[in-house]
Amino acid sequence: MEWGNAVVQGLLLGGLYALLAAGLSLMFGVMRLVNLAHGALAIVAAYLGLILVQKTGMPPFASIIVVIPLMAALGWLLQSTLLNRALTQQALAPILVTFGLAVIIQNALLEVFTADNKSIQIGDLAGASIQLTPDIAIGVFPLITFVVGVLVIAALQQYLARTTTGRAMRATSDDREAATLMGINHRRINSLATAIALGIVGLAGVFIGMRTQFNPYSGDVFLIFAFEAVIIGGLGSLWGTLAGGMILGISQAVGAQAFPSSGVLLGHLVFLAVLAFRPTGLFPKVVNG
Amino acid sequence: MALLEVDAIDVFYGDFQALYGLSLQVAEGETLAVIGANGAGKSTLLKTIAGLNQPGVGDIRFDGTSLSALAAHRRVALGIALTPEGRRIFPSLTLEENLRVGAHTKRPGPWNLKSVYDAFPLLADRRSRLGTNASGGEQQTAAIGRALMSNPRLLLLDEVSLGLAPVVVEQIYAALPSITAQGTTVLVVEQDVNQAMKVADRVQCLLEGRTVLEGPPSVLSRDQIASAYFGI
Repeated sequence: MEWGNAVVQGLLLGGLYALLAAGLSLMFGVMRLVNLAHGALAIVAAYLGLILVQKTGMPPFASIIVVIPLMAALGWLLQSTLLNRALTQQALAPILVTFGLAVIIQNALLEVFTADNKSIQIGDLAGASIQLTPDIAIGVFPLITFVVGVLVIAALQQYLARTTTGRAMRATSDDREAATLMGINHRRINSLATAIALGIVGLAGVFIGMRTQFNPYSGDVFLIFAFEAVIIGGLGSLWGTLAGGMILGISQAVGAQAFPSSGVLLGHLVFLAVLAFRPTGLFPKVVNG
Repeated sequence: MALLEVDAIDVFYGDFQALYGLSLQVAEGETLAVIGANGAGKSTLLKTIAGLNQPGVGDIRFDGTSLSALAAHRRVALGIALTPEGRRIFPSLTLEENLRVGAHTKRPGPWNLKSVYDAFPLLADRRSRLGTNASGGEQQTAAIGRALMSNPRLLLLDEVSLGLAPVVVEQIYAALPSITAQGTTVLVVEQDVNQAMKVADRVQCLLEGRTVLEGPPSVLSRDQIASAYFGI
């Protein structure tokens, strides 16, 4: 029954990965931009949450309400000053720019916060759990993370499907030049997409900070997990990203159950298997633009 | 004063020059057809008016104002809409969503979902079809409807007939009078000379980036057009 427990825990962990991956998926979908600073930015959000909780005594969950708009504003600024310009250059430019950004962020964090592990204390909630069966207990905090992950993906999906701006984002994703001919300012759409993506990263980052210990280098591993979730799920599909996050989470948890010291490895293997046998992911977008 | 004045523009693609000091004027409410063989510069002309290309020399004025500093998306807000060559329907959006995106600028005017569906009843039946699954005729119709949704003063139509069955082309052009009846000025680019002669008030023929013949269809003879078209 401990295997069943591993699957449940992995599923819940998948909610966090999906949250982390949603922003990556959105930015790639709208502007074909691979944001290698994604993980580093999530860690920035975790430190922001930490500062707010430590310096102002704000409850951890309340800090999210401050971190999201801060990160969204940072996203808008980043896109309108730096990334929109990088996108007008050759294909390698945005990758190099975001990679450089990740290095800068990492070193800046190191300078300010040292390499010590930190975490955002959530008190009793960290240990609270609901006993489902005698063998399976669900942690309350992982459950909250999971529910938030699903809600955010559902909300983003609805935003893209139903609103004028969401439609403009999908149109820009399909054909940027044709979107321009509809009067859509694609630079503005890009900035908005990055603002939304980083807002979600802000949310994910604070959850990471509350869930585990982090340091300035933690961004790398979360970048990889986010990428794996997006690729497993299939590019361009948010529900796919959610499923990809869950599959990755379950693989890691089951892997940890089998080989306690190298659980993450199974996640990587599943990712590699998907890449080898279903390179378009398990739930690819139906349309190839 | 003409609604659109193209004033001696040169347009380049890198080292290749597509237009040589090209000028044209379209009066408000007029339908002008620009004809010419492949590579005459017709599509380049429309793209330059829409703002996708920048003229190296010369100016384009719309309602008396120079467009030179205006990005393509801002020209839509002024009332210039291009139905591009190849239709460029958004493949992952339904045809109705394609139309809705066309209304992005929220320019007021006679065209909305209902009036577009009235003008193109075929679209109403296929509204929930994905762009990628629509037939060529459906895509072309949707592309025109999408441009109309911005309630343009000037509608630029690029190669509407390309790759479509003659009967479908007839259907699409049959809707043109209902468009011009709204006072919309139309600049249509066509390889199909007969179709162009039927719908236009005036025809301008391009050859290798220059105007070689211009006039109302009624005064131009077949031989004149043939020699202008092929440059013989």
